[in-house]
Amino acid sequence: MNFTWITDPYYQEYLWTGFFNTLALVGVSGTLGLVLAVIFALLQLNGPKPVAWFVRGITTVVRGTPLLVQLFFFYDGVGRLLPEIPGIRESLFWPMLRDPFFYGALTFTLSVGAYSGEVIRGALLSVPSGELAAGRAFGLSRWQILYRLWLPRAIQLCLPTLTGEMILLLKSVPLVSTIAMMDLLKAANLVRDETFLVYEPLLLIAGIYIAMTLVLTTAMRIIEQRFPGVQPAKAQRRLLPG
Amino acid sequence: MKQAILKTVGMTALAFTFTTAAADPLKIGISAEPYPPFTFKGSDGSWTGFEVELGQALCEKMQAECEITPTGWSGIFAALDSGKIDMIMNSLSITEQRKEVIDFTDPYYFTPSAYVAAKSDSFDIPEGLDGKLLGVQGGTTNATYARRELRDTGVEIKIYDQQEQANRDLFAGRVDAILADKVAMTELVERDEASEYEIRATAPRHAAFGEGVGIGLRQSDDDLRQRLNQAISEALEDGTCTDLSQEYFGTDICGS
Repeated sequence: MNFTWITDPYYQEYLWTGFFNTLALVGVSGTLGLVLAVIFALLQLNGPKPVAWFVRGITTVVRGTPLLVQLFFFYDGVGRLLPEIPGIRESLFWPMLRDPFFYGALTFTLSVGAYSGEVIRGALLSVPSGELAAGRAFGLSRWQILYRLWLPRAIQLCLPTLTGEMILLLKSVPLVSTIAMMDLLKAANLVRDETFLVYEPLLLIAGIYIAMTLVLTTAMRIIEQRFPGVQPAKAQRRLLPG
Repeated sequence: MKQAILKTVGMTALAFTFTTAAADPLKIGISAEPYPPFTFKGSDGSWTGFEVELGQALCEKMQAECEITPTGWSGIFAALDSGKIDMIMNSLSITEQRKEVIDFTDPYYFTPSAYVAAKSDSFDIPEGLDGKLLGVQGGTTNATYARRELRDTGVEIKIYDQQEQANRDLFAGRVDAILADKVAMTELVERDEASEYEIRATAPRHAAFGEGVGIGLRQSDDDLRQRLNQAISEALEDGTCTDLSQEYFGTDICGS
């Protein structure tokens, strides 16, 4: 094992860039993706029929194709057609459109939207209809029932599953190294290319990923316990009766 | 009697050579990602190119049986180390850093590196690189040079797995310039899709670019290195290399 390269400021810089890019991608796509997931779930359950079918179609396509293929589709396919549009290179959006971060965030947001959308749809269906009827009996409006009762109850039910989805998202990020974006894997590859050490940089980023996962899991565990309506002591353990 | 012994020894040696040759052809590792015109797939689907043909010519001179073995560039050193291939022959520049882990034959060609940019985008290189995006292929001397020597110019470096990705992103406007081997870039700007692009500048000769291109070998393979050096010096002298160079590049890049 040879870890002397860690002291090289060039490699440190790339590893930090990779680390922050990974955080940014998970942050942006996680947040936007979960918002999209709620919208997808509600549209499937409550939206007009054609819209519900459309959302189901998107979900099927996104869940039915490999993430890497989607990433190439957006970056190499859509991303190469865009410059053909006259004037786009002079437009305000061009710096964003030429940045691989945009394509990574777009792909991952859609992916989280599709997968977590189904999780949330299932959770929304598992909220007992009596609770919604109770809300109506209390005189809550449709909108109030949705955001004060139905949605919080559903998210409370599926939070542990959503934690898993976020971990999967974190571990999908290395895919962006294939579209020339500097993430942790790309930084490790750089070290490998110049020092010819294969395992050491990989071990380092594996350690960083485990640390990030632990932080993410802990944060989500805290959210789970503090979520409105959850009693912390009960959320920790549950024994089989008898 | 003496003759008979010699003959037996000779036969045994021959048989030995023959069996090793038949069982284990020398595997010439080239990048599985095409690098035209050095290594690429011809219209019949088999690998060809300057280095493929030169490699086969060297093997003929060594009277060895060789096999072109495409290997993913990112894993090619590990493949050499583990014995999946016996040499790396794909525009591998001889650098001090690489010498620490592998051995090299004598150089068989040297070309400088060059920058390609859009004709319409007239900035000077390297003076006008500030704030520009430069694409290079990772694991190449160009990447090392760009990352370490162009650092103070304010340029942002994008590192690609394959040269073709960098080329395509240049055409799509996602990078402002690319830095790569001049011969490959000369071929690139002649393509139809590259009519709006030109070679803007040539990189100066720098230690990061190494001492020319040689064949990479395991450090334990001294015997193979000597045989290859012999073959390379023959190929350089008798014009084999120059002929191939003229055929593929229209110019002579052979020698060091």
